[in-house]
Amino acid sequence: MGRIHLEKVSKSFGEVHVIPSIDLTIEDGEFVVFVGPSGCGKSTLLRLIAGLEDVSGGTIQIDGTDATAVPPAKRGLAMVFQSYALYPHMSVRRNIAFPLRMAKLPKEEQDRRVEAAAKVLNLSDYLDRRPGQLSGGQRQRVAIGRAIVREPSAFLFDEPLSNLDAALRVNMRQEITELHTSLGTTMIYVTHDQVEAMTMADRIVVLRSGIAEQVGSPLELYRTPRNVFVAGFIGSPRMNFIEGAEAGRHGAATIGIRPEHIDVSTTEGAWKGTVGVAEHLGSDTFFRVHGTGLAEAISVRAEGEVGLSHGETIFMTPDPEKIHRFDGAGQRIG
Amino acid sequence: MARAVTPQRRAVNTAAAWTIALLIFFPILWTILTSFKTEAEAIASPPSFLFFDWTLENYVTVNERSDYFLHFMNSVVISLGSTLIGLAIAIPAAWSMAFVPGRRTKDVLLWMLSTKMLPPVGVLIPIYLIFRDLNLLDTRIGLIIVLTLINLPIIIWMLYTYFKEIPVDILEAARMDGASLRSEILYVLTPMAVPGIASTMLLNVILAWNEAFWTLNLTAADAAPLTAFIAGFSSPEGLFYARLSAASTMAIAPILILGWFSQKQLVRGLTFGAVK
Repeated sequence: MGRIHLEKVSKSFGEVHVIPSIDLTIEDGEFVVFVGPSGCGKSTLLRLIAGLEDVSGGTIQIDGTDATAVPPAKRGLAMVFQSYALYPHMSVRRNIAFPLRMAKLPKEEQDRRVEAAAKVLNLSDYLDRRPGQLSGGQRQRVAIGRAIVREPSAFLFDEPLSNLDAALRVNMRQEITELHTSLGTTMIYVTHDQVEAMTMADRIVVLRSGIAEQVGSPLELYRTPRNVFVAGFIGSPRMNFIEGAEAGRHGAATIGIRPEHIDVSTTEGAWKGTVGVAEHLGSDTFFRVHGTGLAEAISVRAEGEVGLSHGETIFMTPDPEKIHRFDGAGQRIG
Repeated sequence: MARAVTPQRRAVNTAAAWTIALLIFFPILWTILTSFKTEAEAIASPPSFLFFDWTLENYVTVNERSDYFLHFMNSVVISLGSTLIGLAIAIPAAWSMAFVPGRRTKDVLLWMLSTKMLPPVGVLIPIYLIFRDLNLLDTRIGLIIVLTLINLPIIIWMLYTYFKEIPVDILEAARMDGASLRSEILYVLTPMAVPGIASTMLLNVILAWNEAFWTLNLTAADAAPLTAFIAGFSSPEGLFYARLSAASTMAIAPILILGWFSQKQLVRGLTFGAVK
């Protein structure tokens, strides 16, 4: 079991209100990602759940019981840190066995569980090494191993992949997703990378200044962002925002259109501009278009190869179905 | 870019380093040499450096006149005892200051250090009277208490500096792994801080071993350590330099040997963080 319920949870450091007040329920077995720009309070929220920080107000329930004042060691949660936080003076085996040793499990049971975890994580050959002798990816696996052996009711991940290189990050991302599928345990994952959020989450919580701007499935957030902030944060490349007369024509203060929802032509279209930057990836072509009179620049993503380059004239037509309309306060219309 | 060092420059640097090292070491060397001279040669002018009649007579006299082993054991018990008790108090104190600092932690640290600025003689009389009333005068336990207290600020400061270098994430990981506060300090923090704790311990043993003000004022015979043993040769019948040197050599030899063998550890410990 691993149902986590936050009720009016708030956190202040002195005069700074990092989290004003948040209500959130994470269901058993769910993979929830907290995403937002740096300083939005996502790590603080995770640390409040972990018990590493005390709440300033509100309650945290884990599996129906009030855990607000329970110390981290007793909450039954496991955490994987950005810095791995392995014990440098212990071998991999002792690192992974540490939580079991603290729980005073019999030695044979400890060994059995460590071996099993090492097998799942491909660490069997490294059990007698020290963390200092491992690569970044292996260290992260040890950190995950240490988390899974104690069979926690939920896993907390604090930007666990930020220190890995791009290729390894994709790999580990998939491994964590697979782990979630096979264990079926609740996972809460903090990241500032919206790609990680989109690919891994059952549900995403988009945070800004400690406020949950929107909670929903990745595609919900992509298709119907509740406000300009969420619209701009989810999706890559970023959504284009257009104000003024063009927005007025759609009955909105601001309209948003994603780069992939704009058709490109060399001869005709609704909008006309000049190519600033063209990135030819083969599978796609990205353009940054200037001089449209709509916004400073419009990003466009065209499928396949489009043979336009810097300085050439480009015509663009947005898909009318995919235009997002926002009012003066930045809230979604319709 | 690395700075280019010409052979000439290197030679000058080496010579300068040796000169400074010898200047610093010279008083100790001179003490050792004098301890092998006769009293007449010890005060001869001009002094002879290496060419004199080497004799062990002073050592024999010193051993006949006083019980070296008793003083040696007193020094060992007092310096180790005060260091171990100091560490037992300082580790949790430094832990709390490094990892759960309060609003006044910095002030407390400075206040502790400021107690070292007070001249010890300023509190000699109250402490002497307290010791007299508690029957602690001339006891090992009394000296252990007083040396623990006077060196505690330094131990806490040193440990605090080492602990600050340990990533707090690792301690939080231990907490998440179900470690109690005791387990966290015992199994995670202490092993990681071993180099720092070891050099703190070494430095404190040396400080306690060489401490002369309190050991001379609070002991007479039973608990007198080697500092008192040296002092015993400095007064009654005028100055006997050769004998005094022999006593000094015997008193400083153990700590000199300890320092020599642990110099790597000491240097690493004292420059910890600065040359990471």
